[in-house]
Amino acid sequence: MSKTRASGRTVGGLRSLSLQAPAVTLLLLWMLVPLGMTVWFSLQRYNLLMPGMEGFAGLENYEYLFTDPALWRAMGNTLLLVGSVLVITVGGGVLLAVLFQQEFPGRGIARVLAISPFFVMPTVSALVWKNMMMHPSNGVLSWVAELFGLPAVDWFSSLPLTSIIIIVAWQWLPFALLILLTAMQSLDDDQVEAARMDGAGPIAVFFYITLPHLKRAISVVIMIEMIFLLTIFAEIYVTTSGGPGLATTNLAFLIYIQALLDFDVGLASAGGVVAIVLANIVAIFLVRLVAKNLEN
Amino acid sequence: MTTLKTKQALPADGQLASASADTATRARHTPLVPSAGSRRVWLTLLGWGIALIIFFPILWMVLTGFKTEAEAIADPSLIFSPTLESYIAVQARADYFKFAMNSVVVAFGSTLLALAIAIPSAYAMAFLPTKRTKGTLLWMLSTKMLPPVGVLVPIYLLFRDFGLLDTRTGLIIVYTLMNLPIVVWMLYTFFKDLPRDILEAGRMDGASTFQEVIYLLLPLTLPGIASTGLLSVILSWNEAFWSLNLTSSSAAPLTAYIASFSSPEGLFWAKLSAASTMAIAPILVFGWLTQKQMVRGLTFGAVK
Repeated sequence: MSKTRASGRTVGGLRSLSLQAPAVTLLLLWMLVPLGMTVWFSLQRYNLLMPGMEGFAGLENYEYLFTDPALWRAMGNTLLLVGSVLVITVGGGVLLAVLFQQEFPGRGIARVLAISPFFVMPTVSALVWKNMMMHPSNGVLSWVAELFGLPAVDWFSSLPLTSIIIIVAWQWLPFALLILLTAMQSLDDDQVEAARMDGAGPIAVFFYITLPHLKRAISVVIMIEMIFLLTIFAEIYVTTSGGPGLATTNLAFLIYIQALLDFDVGLASAGGVVAIVLANIVAIFLVRLVAKNLEN
Repeated sequence: MTTLKTKQALPADGQLASASADTATRARHTPLVPSAGSRRVWLTLLGWGIALIIFFPILWMVLTGFKTEAEAIADPSLIFSPTLESYIAVQARADYFKFAMNSVVVAFGSTLLALAIAIPSAYAMAFLPTKRTKGTLLWMLSTKMLPPVGVLVPIYLLFRDFGLLDTRTGLIIVYTLMNLPIVVWMLYTFFKDLPRDILEAGRMDGASTFQEVIYLLLPLTLPGIASTGLLSVILSWNEAFWSLNLTSSSAAPLTAYIASFSSPEGLFWAKLSAASTMAIAPILVFGWLTQKQMVRGLTFGAVK
């Protein structure tokens, strides 16, 4: 045992590489081929609506993209969306995990109900929220508002990004809950007991024992959500189509508009390259940070 | 008023966590807190209240599916005589089972394929690490962060040239690659949890790498592999971007089916709800049944 441990990092060698080869090769192809093509297209004048105009464009597409306020707006929206949903789901997830850790009649069923939205496909949840919850006249939310004598809110036109954030948070809060709840179950009872014997109040126990215990689980939640939230598409596609104006256009949707609605392959590819660069910046900073946290 | 109460009650859960965390696992002796009874009532109300609020949109969708169109847009009501009208109308418009079959084939096909590719790789990373292993893992995960739309055009053109558009094979390929990084990561963490001595004992007895994996590694880490597979199935089932852009009719899964009801003319709530319910029911039940398994997979085994 100590022998393998000692030579630890280099024990792999050729055999290791050959076993990893299929996965690595496929992912490399999956990344490099389209990426290479995307980079190539991004340097071309290539609009499907204007055949015959093709040719090398140099950095023209990028120049256009970076001087277009839409890019900055989309970046801002992307960060706002990811940030808000992370705050809501992690904060709410911790509170709910503490709640659902308590014993009460029917706890098992209540838990199952609370985690259900995670299994609903994004297109469906977006449709349900758009039509049946947030509909300005017939939606359940406006009905509830009326019940309290409040004016109904036209969610998608007056609070477009907030609406998207609500929908996405609704989908991902159960995910955070699921993970954090599991983490709660391994909380050391004796430690809590000891702390209480020493006179620690409930809030102190929460901040000094529960929260540190959940640190690892929170890291996991942030990392996984980050991966999926950066590329949110279906929810926007189904509800607002990025609008009104650019209010709900994130980076993924901006590229989609340019590629499939404006048929500008060159410009869309430039957008794709920017999105990929941004994703990798996030990957380098965040994933490294979180991965380090996960190691020990 | 009630909402105010709930909000104030939340921080108090911190104290409850500590108060009954120990009682939860051991024998259910009454905690030495005077107000234990009323606390339990509040806890029940709060727990169920929040669970129902979170679940409400799904519940509402399921109920609306059993209403008539007129009832569906009327004031919210829980009292109505259920009808299968919408389900029949939806089934008449598009054959649900064809789409469902595509979803099943694509989700399970891509999951099996991803597992087959990922297992050797994760094995190597966990038991035969090299200097590059950590970097490779991080790189794999970073490929998940690139927005699919950034590479849609090239993939679309490649698929067109290879005749993979609107085929199950094409979708299986995309989903396999889409889930591969996460599948490798999860398996890696499960494998790493396994004491190395067990595999080494096998190796001493002369087992080849292949035998080691088949007879030792796989049986011992079956729960982990299962939970990894479950997550992969769910992600594939719910994926919308690629399915919408790469399929049209013959290979279209349920995500495409539901999207066909979202067009403006299709905005009949009862029918939309019926279709939505049918689209999510299989995976929702699947998720309910496997949630315990799945958490281990979801957290890369890091949370126990």
